[in-house]
Amino acid sequence: MTQPLIKLTDLSCERDERVLFEALNLSIDAGDLVQIEGPNGCGKTTLLRLLTTTSTDYSGNILWQGEPIDRVRLDYLNQLLYVGHLPGVKKALTPRENLGWFCGMFQGHQRCSVEEALEQVGLFGFEDVPCYHLSAGQLRRVALARLFLTPARVWVLDEPFTAIDKQGVANLERLMAEHASGGGCVILTTHQDMMSEGVRRINLRDFAPINTGAAVQYHMEGS
Amino acid sequence: MGWQWFHRLGSPRWFYEKTDAWIPWLAVVSFALLAVGAIWGLAFAPADMKQGNSYRIIYIHVPAAFLSLAGYYIMAISGAIGLIWKMKLADMVMKCAAPIGAVFTFISLVTGAIWGKPTWGTWWVWDARITSMLVLLFLYLGVIALQQAYQHQDTANKASAILALVGTVNIPIIYKSVDWWYTLHQPATIKFTSESTIHPSMLYPLLTMVIGFYCFYALVLLISTRTEVLEREKKTRWVNELAAAKAAGGKV
Amino acid sequence: MTRGEIPMGSAGGVTDNVPSIGAGFMATLRRDLLIAVRHRGELANPLMFFLMVITMVPLGISPEAAVLSALAPGMIWVVALLATLLSLDSLFRSDFEDGALEQLLMSPQPLYFQVLAKVFVHWLITGVPLTLMAPVLGVMLSLPSAGYWPLILSLLIGTATLSLIGAIGAALTVALRKGGLLLSLIIMPLYVPVLIFGASGVRSAIEGFPYLGTMAVLGAFLALAIVLAPLAAAGALRISING
Repeated sequence: MTQPLIKLTDLSCERDERVLFEALNLSIDAGDLVQIEGPNGCGKTTLLRLLTTTSTDYSGNILWQGEPIDRVRLDYLNQLLYVGHLPGVKKALTPRENLGWFCGMFQGHQRCSVEEALEQVGLFGFEDVPCYHLSAGQLRRVALARLFLTPARVWVLDEPFTAIDKQGVANLERLMAEHASGGGCVILTTHQDMMSEGVRRINLRDFAPINTGAAVQYHMEGS
Repeated sequence: MGWQWFHRLGSPRWFYEKTDAWIPWLAVVSFALLAVGAIWGLAFAPADMKQGNSYRIIYIHVPAAFLSLAGYYIMAISGAIGLIWKMKLADMVMKCAAPIGAVFTFISLVTGAIWGKPTWGTWWVWDARITSMLVLLFLYLGVIALQQAYQHQDTANKASAILALVGTVNIPIIYKSVDWWYTLHQPATIKFTSESTIHPSMLYPLLTMVIGFYCFYALVLLISTRTEVLEREKKTRWVNELAAAKAAGGKV
Repeated sequence: MTRGEIPMGSAGGVTDNVPSIGAGFMATLRRDLLIAVRHRGELANPLMFFLMVITMVPLGISPEAAVLSALAPGMIWVVALLATLLSLDSLFRSDFEDGALEQLLMSPQPLYFQVLAKVFVHWLITGVPLTLMAPVLGVMLSLPSAGYWPLILSLLIGTATLSLIGAIGAALTVALRKGGLLLSLIIMPLYVPVLIFGASGVRSAIEGFPYLGTMAVLGAFLALAIVLAPLAAAGALRISING
């Protein structure tokens, strides 16, 4: 029996006294490309924060290969790569130095050299240019270059296509499909339509409480 | 089974309904103790040989000083419970304990200054205990300021709980350091009333006042936390039903 | 339980990839030092603050050597403390703003050592220069000659403790837009013991008493801070990131 990579069981999350989603059950297997959908404010980013362990305000379970993620935290994080709204790129440093830091932090097997990764995202010739000379799109590309370097199996991408041109989007989609077919999984949010086949769409609205915005029941009530 | 009460206690609703009956009792006991202690201490206890009647301020000063320190630990411990067991109620207790503790610290500082005027001839002396008390007030103010700075209530509670815990580790170090600093600069010529030599006729009213202050503290903390519970849970059904019942009862 | 295939190029299993703490520590250390070097103009700011406030002392109080030499140990210590405090606000702030902090929190590295690396760099670029500059200010405040070595030693140990404790405040206020003043308010009371022992160690040396005892106490504070402060700061960062 193969374990799903990530399994969410009965996950619910409350923020500012408002239930964002509840009873969310989801299994993500190797090879899955999962797109989280839903209107603004429905908790897409919050769900990604739970998956990246930056927030622990949830009830229910998040399992990594059958184990709760807080028990196998470092093992899980070593298999996780997150690209968020913020690039996480230090402007004082060059792309090469920035990626060098990421490689030092993860200690996995790099899949290619930093130079190759930068070339893949179209930053050939910019390896040693300080990042404050780069445009917003180029900064994002530095962040995305990590996708080429990392051996991580789980990719969590929050709006990865922002500020990326058409050609770049196509390349990224191809990369994600390759990653998934190679035994990894991708969880992403995006407002763009994905071209790839076999994208699983999860609409968070289906897990919103029925009376959104109305009185929230205290969960201890009646007990 | 043993843990059930603990989790029940974590339910703000359970807490609110349970403590409803305690309030009048606690109020009666604390005001009775305070009245007895104050009249006993101010009117019947003998005057001090050296300080005359001015020493009688200890009946406020000493209990307030006890509570300012105990209040900090109550705040920090409930903050820790909130952090570790993610118990909302403990967070609320911590939030409410901070300003109450700060007020008691302030009272003990002011009464100390008032006592200092006839005793030392000046309002302010850099005495070890007064200085420690001042630093304690700063610690309280820091926790309150941090609590106020965050928009998001949960983050505010957790952040100030961490600060309170860091303060807890530091308080003994601060007290010891300030003590050491004081002996370094001024050989101990002026001593506070040393508790060991206090005459029983002065001590008993003081003990009454201390217990009275503790009860009063519990009363204020309880009322304050109950208000906080209603505020935080105002969207829930039980609070709305409660409000509806109160409104209906008011019209009768 | 079988694991799926690991993507191309990865020869080993998951267990081979257990990240090395030392490498992560060094990576952050190297990165932060490099950033500090790139922004070398900012390195001088705490030093200039230190110098300018010390200049205010004779102007505000008295230029008499006797008065100044009595004030010197305490004054230098207080201003060094303030200079450290002012520089602390930026400890995690740029990382928070550009997203490097969230990457740090979700890296497979124990946050304790990462915080320690960042604080160590902070001490290297503020505490150490302040310590090296202190003798010059001692001359300006006519510090008696017996006080120089104790001043340097106490500042060297003490500023490390200040950086560590301050990291907790920096972590607690990183998500607040106007965290700077608040950081000072919540951290300054915690600096009281370090200030007391640092300044009085210098004073007792000047008065001809042994001062190594106070240095030992400062060392004990540092040991305690190394153990506990990064833990508290790491916890605070995890909370702040959800600000």
